Amino acid sequence: MDFDLSEDQRLLQDSLTKLLADKYKFEDRKRFMKSATGWSQEMWEAYADLGLFGLPFAEEDGGFGAGPVEVMLMAEAMGGAITLEPWLATVVMGGGFIRHGASAAQRAAMVPEIAAGKLKLAFGYTEPQSRHDLHDVATTAKQDGAGWVLEGRKGVVLHGDVADQIVVTARIGGARRDKSGIGVFLVPANAKGVSRRGYPTTDGLRGAEITLDRVSLPAEALLGDAGNGLALVDRVVDETMAALAGEAVGAMDALHKLTLDYLRTRKQFGRPIGSFQSLQHRAAEMMVSLEEARSMAMLAAMMAGETDAVERRRQMSAVKVQIGRSGKFLGQSAIQLHGGIAMTMEYLGGHYFKRITTIDTMFGDADHHLSQLMAMGGLNQAA
Amino acid sequence: MDLRFTDEERAFRQEVRDWIDANLPADTRERMAAGRTPTKQMQVDWQKKLNAKGWCVPHWPGEWGGQKDWSAIKRFILLEELQGTPAPIPLGFNCNMLGPVLIAFGTEEQKKFFLPKLANLDLWFCQGFSEPGAGSDLASLKTRAVREGDHYIVNGQKTWTTLAQYADWIFLLVRTNPEAAKQQEGISFLLVDMKTPGITVRPIITIDGAHEVNEVFFDDVKVPVANLVGTEHRGWDCAKFLLSNERTGQARVGASKDRIRRLKLIAQNAPGGERPMIEDARFRERLVEVEVQLKALEMTTMRVLADENRQLSERKPNPASSVLKIRGTEIQQAISDLYVMAAGPYGMVGADPDGDRWNEPELAPEWATLAQPTYFNWRKQSIYGGSNEIQKNIMAKAFLGL
Repeated sequence: MDFDLSEDQRLLQDSLTKLLADKYKFEDRKRFMKSATGWSQEMWEAYADLGLFGLPFAEEDGGFGAGPVEVMLMAEAMGGAITLEPWLATVVMGGGFIRHGASAAQRAAMVPEIAAGKLKLAFGYTEPQSRHDLHDVATTAKQDGAGWVLEGRKGVVLHGDVADQIVVTARIGGARRDKSGIGVFLVPANAKGVSRRGYPTTDGLRGAEITLDRVSLPAEALLGDAGNGLALVDRVVDETMAALAGEAVGAMDALHKLTLDYLRTRKQFGRPIGSFQSLQHRAAEMMVSLEEARSMAMLAAMMAGETDAVERRRQMSAVKVQIGRSGKFLGQSAIQLHGGIAMTMEYLGGHYFKRITTIDTMFGDADHHLSQLMAMGGLNQAA
Repeated sequence: MDLRFTDEERAFRQEVRDWIDANLPADTRERMAAGRTPTKQMQVDWQKKLNAKGWCVPHWPGEWGGQKDWSAIKRFILLEELQGTPAPIPLGFNCNMLGPVLIAFGTEEQKKFFLPKLANLDLWFCQGFSEPGAGSDLASLKTRAVREGDHYIVNGQKTWTTLAQYADWIFLLVRTNPEAAKQQEGISFLLVDMKTPGITVRPIITIDGAHEVNEVFFDDVKVPVANLVGTEHRGWDCAKFLLSNERTGQARVGASKDRIRRLKLIAQNAPGGERPMIEDARFRERLVEVEVQLKALEMTTMRVLADENRQLSERKPNPASSVLKIRGTEIQQAISDLYVMAAGPYGMVGADPDGDRWNEPELAPEWATLAQPTYFNWRKQSIYGGSNEIQKNIMAKAFLGL
């Protein structure tokens, strides 16, 4: 067991943190948010120059062969600045499907493009009726000669408005909530029949509703196994939840520090409010929550590569419960300890709170995963 | 970063497990599995076995019986396996509190005389810190020691003295200089033989009906100056050092895991209305919430251990260590509450501390009779060793800059 970072890992963390500290101040973020895409092309290119986008891909495909720990470090730094760029959608979500589901030829064509920042991806898994159930898929895929025709709608697709290619789930067979019969397809955003409506999400990022109206795709658009797409989806979603845990920890850590600064400087009754014990204890409890979340983000990084899918999901659900619980407590406490100022758009704190909240929502909130864990019999064996 | 146990660590865990299985007496195993504390004899016998094996004080220096090649993780695995069996763990007063203090502050004579006896439990020590007027504000203690020639004369009262009824000796914080500018600067650390004339031990019965803690009275007790540890008036240094040692044991992750595993088995059979308790939605939900918290605690413990593995010079205070006391105690209390829920009405029967029912048929399963007493008893956990509120005060100062 070894918790130390390697020299390369430390370098990665330092260079990204420094870049964001210089170029991603709150004022910069506001400016990026107001731009047409809602994020910064200049920062996007800077990330590509740092080599971030090639991190998790195999070296023979044109990546850097890094693992979940590097992704966690990247996500944590990104969370610390609550960045707006589509790195999660492209590298972790979309990229995950390319790594685990695409053919060697597809990887050879796409990975260098992703690493260079020239190809953006997104993942459409939510449907109006599906809530957090990844297997609840009404979108259909019908065989058409050697190819496929897709019909349906995907909602709240993170960065689906700018993606060049969108990975979607579609039902090849079975009923709407069956766990088998699901296929995973790579859909070019400019394919005939694809229409999308972009919008800002509550956290300042971007989402899109994507309509698939008799979209014709070639045979190779199907990623992975035709009947068992859900296993592929679960694998990528588990990796994404691990990255989200890292991002949440970065955001929580930054919000806790911001709150502590405020407690030290804000004066009422003639003294810093941080001198009041009731506020000190709340701040200490926030730190307990943060450290629990940090521990679980490390567990997530450790488990992201686990091949036993049941055990992997069991631990990831536990991670998601803790990240959700910690985030809610820490975020709500941060707002409360600040008072009115954190209620304003003009103050940074509330923006962290919003991203922490949407991270809880993504792929199932704490209560959803608690139910999942209950159904799996919890974490420990009876004995 | 690689957070998995190595093959060597896994093999060591198996070695420990096999050794415990082969050596733990059946009556000790049964008593502890039911959730009761070991008797004095069980503790003594087991600790002697552990010590003979070299597993009692691995964290001490090699010359005093420690295992200098062991990593902090290896020590943790041993502790977790003992807690998880469960088997008695080496007496904390001897091995984690006084031992390290003597190693750091004691004279050669003190080390030679006491350390082997501490490890082998030839002498059972208890802790004389708290007083009726000095709880969280420990440094306000009043027990007085006045030097007369080569002796101190000790007068005063200690309280909450755990297992003083078993103890051969007591380590004591006393006030040697009432005129010191700061109250921390007039305290000394003494070792006192419990058989010395003038010492009276009076039981305190806690709300679970158990005799675990005591009041200890000192009435003109003569203590040789040779039994002073460290420098006179600098006993607070020893106390602070003692309280900062080996925090990872406080989280009791192995013990909580064992309690949860047993509770799950119990709940498969315990009546919960139409279905067994394990199928009660509220029970399950609370149980799984605790399991998640325990997992986070386990990972946090690993992080602190990895820190303890570094050279002292490279160590920084780790905020994760503050989590261990607070969450560790909250989790143990929450588990005890779940046992109460599982036991239901027969939990009211309670244990039989005085053995009045020894000749009668069982009223309820032993786990159920112990559920409420354990729940009552474990309220202590968030109070002792620096209450959880004091922990938060410490965090605010040490880590939060408030």
